[in-house]
Amino acid sequence: MKEDLALTQELAARRLPLANVLAGWRPAAIAAGLVLIVLLPFVAKNFFIFQLTMALIYAIAILGLNLLTGFNGQFSLGHSAFYAIGAYTAAILMDQADVPYYWTLPAAGLVCLVSGFLFGLPALRLEGIYLALATFALAVAIPQLLKSTPLEPWTGGVQGVVIIKPDAPFGLPLNSDQWLYFFTVAVAIVLYVCALNLVRSRTGRAIIAIRENPIAASAMGVNVSLYKSLTFGVSALYTGIAGALGAIAVQFVAPDSFTFFLSIALFVGLIVGGVGSIPGTLVGGLFVLFVPNIAEEVSKGLAGAVYGVILILVIYVMPSGAAGLARLLAGQFARLRR
Amino acid sequence: MSALLEIRELCAFYGRTQVLFGLDLDVAEGGVTTLLGANGAGKTTTLRAVSGMLRTTGDIRFAGQRIPGRAIEDIVRLGIAHVPEGRGTFVRQTVEENLQIGAMTRSGSAAIAADMERVYGYFPRLKERRHQQAGTLSGGEQQMLAVGRALMLRPKLMLLDEPSFGLAPLVVRELFEIFRMLNRDEKVSMLLVEQNASLALDFADDVYLIETGRLVMTGPAHELRRDEAVRRSYLGY
Amino acid sequence: MELLLHQVLAGLATGGIYACLALALVMIYQAIDHLNFAQGEMAMFSTFIAWQLMELGTPYWVAFVVTLVISFVAGVLIDRVLFRPIHDAPILSHIVVFIALFGILNSLAGFIWDFNVKNFPTPFGSRPLFGSGLISSHDAGMIGVTILLLVFLYVFFRHTRIGLAMRAAAANPQSARLAGIRVGWMIALGWGMAAAIGAVAGMLIAPVVFLEPNMMTSVLLYGFAAAVVGGLTSPGGAVIGGFAVGIIENLAGTFIPYVGRELKLTIALFLIVAVLLVKPAGLFGRRVVSRV
Repeated sequence: MKEDLALTQELAARRLPLANVLAGWRPAAIAAGLVLIVLLPFVAKNFFIFQLTMALIYAIAILGLNLLTGFNGQFSLGHSAFYAIGAYTAAILMDQADVPYYWTLPAAGLVCLVSGFLFGLPALRLEGIYLALATFALAVAIPQLLKSTPLEPWTGGVQGVVIIKPDAPFGLPLNSDQWLYFFTVAVAIVLYVCALNLVRSRTGRAIIAIRENPIAASAMGVNVSLYKSLTFGVSALYTGIAGALGAIAVQFVAPDSFTFFLSIALFVGLIVGGVGSIPGTLVGGLFVLFVPNIAEEVSKGLAGAVYGVILILVIYVMPSGAAGLARLLAGQFARLRR
Repeated sequence: MSALLEIRELCAFYGRTQVLFGLDLDVAEGGVTTLLGANGAGKTTTLRAVSGMLRTTGDIRFAGQRIPGRAIEDIVRLGIAHVPEGRGTFVRQTVEENLQIGAMTRSGSAAIAADMERVYGYFPRLKERRHQQAGTLSGGEQQMLAVGRALMLRPKLMLLDEPSFGLAPLVVRELFEIFRMLNRDEKVSMLLVEQNASLALDFADDVYLIETGRLVMTGPAHELRRDEAVRRSYLGY
Repeated sequence: MELLLHQVLAGLATGGIYACLALALVMIYQAIDHLNFAQGEMAMFSTFIAWQLMELGTPYWVAFVVTLVISFVAGVLIDRVLFRPIHDAPILSHIVVFIALFGILNSLAGFIWDFNVKNFPTPFGSRPLFGSGLISSHDAGMIGVTILLLVFLYVFFRHTRIGLAMRAAAANPQSARLAGIRVGWMIALGWGMAAAIGAVAGMLIAPVVFLEPNMMTSVLLYGFAAAVVGGLTSPGGAVIGGFAVGIIENLAGTFIPYVGRELKLTIALFLIVAVLLVKPAGLFGRRVVSRV
């Protein structure tokens, strides 16, 4: 796995070979993509726009997980907790303090940054499967905590909190689904650009170095503990912002929406997209949103089994996720051109 | 008479990278052949190729039998013992268990027990530590253990990857004495990879010099030891 | 006081199940270096097979043995068919296949046998042991079976050649191959044994929690917790961890107010995390001495 990831990082840092190969096509492809993104909400049904928005939100959450697990090598099964914290922060602020929706995002991000960092501190002592269990405990605990009686005045207990999707500002001719879609796209672009810059910066290299060989990294002067906890915090921040967006999109938060099954879904999305690949998270988000529905369409009674079979096939075909497949194809393409 | 190990036109690959380019090499029955070269020249790769650990083209024959295409475990059963770079110690198991693992392909508990006593005879320090966790042994002791493990196979051919690496000179001398004795008395053939050229040239019968995956010189050890170019590049004088 | 003793013994009994499952998990972990998330579902499926056999008229012990054999074979097949093709894939991808297996088994079981709760017989009878009110025969039976299993595994791994071969294959696959050990088959054997052990756990707990496709979910979580707290390198630790988790869970449920079923799991998990913070490799896990 490590060789695999290292290669991905190398390529990411040096500009994807896909880029070299499709050199002439790249600007055109990006332009076409942008046009598609902008036009889509005007031709698609509201529900589909909502689904795309959710897929993008999951992609952001998966990006958060990727920063921690993919780039820093810390295995987390607990990201549903940060998603939940972000979601509830947004919901409570909007419901009880009348905070406008756009301020809830940085608030959720901040709360998650701090809580992620604080969780990351004791987690420093744990590795691999032990860390997985600890984060898993967190994922199991959060719904319990949200349902608990002392917190009910804020969290609304089992019933949760209902909020309302915002309308488009400045009287723009968009319905709330379309507006939220564009809002999410804008937030996503900012977050993705930040992530790309982070990964390619000195800090990013330190984070990756820690994943590859923490002892060597520390011998090179990297403050391993600080970076690991910070990465936890930043990772939580991303997933928390996704949670806040999710709350607004769904207009509802309840403890049972944020069980460890969500953690597992995010994890699956991470692998399917490709560990250590930032563009891959988009594929992961799409997978997490649409494939369970597809499975149910195929067979209501055996939906779980169908989903499982699809997962296995995906792993067989792309053992390193969509990013791995892209790399493979780019390599083949490059060889054909020679 | 054909050699015990015959390598012809061997090319080896790590993934898509080629590291050996048409190697020819022989190990005579009962002989010691050494493969010399700088770091990264392909010496370890050659041993790994013989053991079936990577993708190769070309032919490798051991006692007339074709090796390429067989699984590592099957090649071992032909009578080839590989003492790898890094020793390959089973760190969590005891010294005695390490030796028992070495004998896993053999049957006959009496014969195995006798062989274990023999190994302890060669390496008394291992006997002292027989119930100790192998990971706590020093580098030299782990090397002895690795050799001992290989011996439990009763091999016809031993592949030795840098056995002197990281060992104190006295320990190295001890070790090579035992190699000499094994070769002389037990007729174990050896393919030795060494960075310590003078040590290897002293011990081996035949020498192959390899540079970036290609053979550059070969001949009997007593000749190459006196060769001007070899002396300058590998013996430092 | 009697309540405490009663709860401790009950905790030991359920702890036995967790110990069984933890044992299976540790075995697979030792073989392949990661945890089998689908272990619980495999155990559940095995128990359903046993149930089905008994519904068709097979006596209990015949069904028990046949199920063990079927489970063993199924374990080997799952390894050889499902996991061998992705042998070279990154570890995280393996975990996704485990998750997929979980989904498939759970969904399939629900489809074939539906989600209604079923009774599962116990071979030990449900009367209190020796007439005392402390522990039921079945609970005592569970503890007994767990200990027997542990003894068997100990003897197998420490004192047989094949046990050593399996340990070698798990500890250092490359070196094991160089010693002639067929590592692939050792791993498959580990899977088979783990599946059989899981089946035992399933058949022991079904009389208590009643047979239905989701019966193993919380048991699995406790089993994981037990395996981890015991230290994943130590089967003995797994068993002790299992008993400990069982006792903690029971005592927490009985003596701490406001603790319902779900909060019990959270508390147990957090106690385990607390243990891990003090001993990051588990209570009995050995930190491997490695040279950098």
